[in-house]
Amino acid sequence: MLALFVRDLRLGIRAGGGALVGILFFLAVVAVVPFGVGPDLNLLARIGPAILWIGALLASLLGLDRLFQAEREDGALDVILLAEGRHMLALSVFVKCLAHWTAAVLPLVVASPLLGLFMNMDPLGIGATTLTLLVGTPAIAFIGAVGAAVAVALPRGGLLVSVLVLPLTIPVLIFGVSAAYGAVNDPDPFLPPFLILAALTLFFAVIGPFAAALALKGGSD
Amino acid sequence: MNLLHRTGWSGAAGELEGMRLIAENLAGERGGEPVFSDVSFAIGEGEGLVVTGPNGAGKSTLLRIVAGLLPASGGLIRLDGGGEQWPDIASACHYLGHANAMKTALSVDENLHFWQDFAGEPHLPIDEALDMVGLPQIGHLPYGYLSTGQKRRIAIARLLVSYRPVWLLDEPTAGLDKASEGQFAALMRAHLEDGGIILAATHLPLGLEGAKALKMGEHRE
Repeated sequence: MLALFVRDLRLGIRAGGGALVGILFFLAVVAVVPFGVGPDLNLLARIGPAILWIGALLASLLGLDRLFQAEREDGALDVILLAEGRHMLALSVFVKCLAHWTAAVLPLVVASPLLGLFMNMDPLGIGATTLTLLVGTPAIAFIGAVGAAVAVALPRGGLLVSVLVLPLTIPVLIFGVSAAYGAVNDPDPFLPPFLILAALTLFFAVIGPFAAALALKGGSD
Repeated sequence: MNLLHRTGWSGAAGELEGMRLIAENLAGERGGEPVFSDVSFAIGEGEGLVVTGPNGAGKSTLLRIVAGLLPASGGLIRLDGGGEQWPDIASACHYLGHANAMKTALSVDENLHFWQDFAGEPHLPIDEALDMVGLPQIGHLPYGYLSTGQKRRIAIARLLVSYRPVWLLDEPTAGLDKASEGQFAALMRAHLEDGGIILAATHLPLGLEGAKALKMGEHRE
């Protein structure tokens, strides 16, 4: 299992892996917003956490469709399916999601404080947003795995995966952003939405890999 | 129009001891169309079965059904005498399909190391396996740099780095030159002498003397 994690991490980081593309996309989305909404610093600070979250959500969906499609194209998926007796398929999917998150999404989380500065957020808001991204984005990877597994046989499944996955990630977005706001705006609570966000991640960490494994088994041809 | 045909395998029934791969009246379909039916064979330890037939006769479908990647539409396939170590065919087989199951962005060594770790049951060290396929000192190269035939030989080396008693080979010599074909035939003979089982689909002669033959797609209607 560690071997699978290391392999996927290497693939993600090396040329063609797409990890860098995600960061560039995130950077582009967030950098464009101030030009769109104008130089109102207060407004930017207010919408900052939401923009960071939406940018990170879209950027983390970018490479997801290749999660299983690349494996299927080069035949590795067959071998992974056959290894079911040795490595439970859901566990393999879980490890692949973790590797995808580490290679493609963790850099987004690391870059988000810098982009928070672009949005004129105060240090507390930046910290809270980064923390919620760190806790919430794994859920997006686990939900995305289901979409990637369903669309594994489709030649242009990229957009379909995003459309399938986006509605399911809405709760993650809602609680992530409301926790980030809760840390900055006084009457709003921080802990309850944050804990729900953590619960969502744990929930999808279990449901996602199992659903994706089922889809992969049903979709082999 | 159905491509139905009967098959019979030549040769006497093997001894009853040891591991046996048995298919009884196996039928397969692709996209709802029956491709073959009534395929029966039994392969014991140290025996090979070469499946031949024209394109579209269902050779690959048969192999995928035997591996368990596709459901059979009739009949059954089982592995007898595998004991606790090899409870089913999926756990006991190496499946070499059309695709090589290697990542172009990783080096040959990294690819083989991964499959050795992932598949378990380490057999030959990587260096030795590369020697066996006639490609020593190539391990550091990215897999994507290799020629078609070299890629295929690395995929064959995957069969050697971890042990499985049953080899399911789909056009294993596609892209190989004469010398490599001879080398691969020797590897297959060595595997059979070790008590292995080989089921190979091909339209090229494999140089596997003494192997049983199964001709598919002969009686077209």
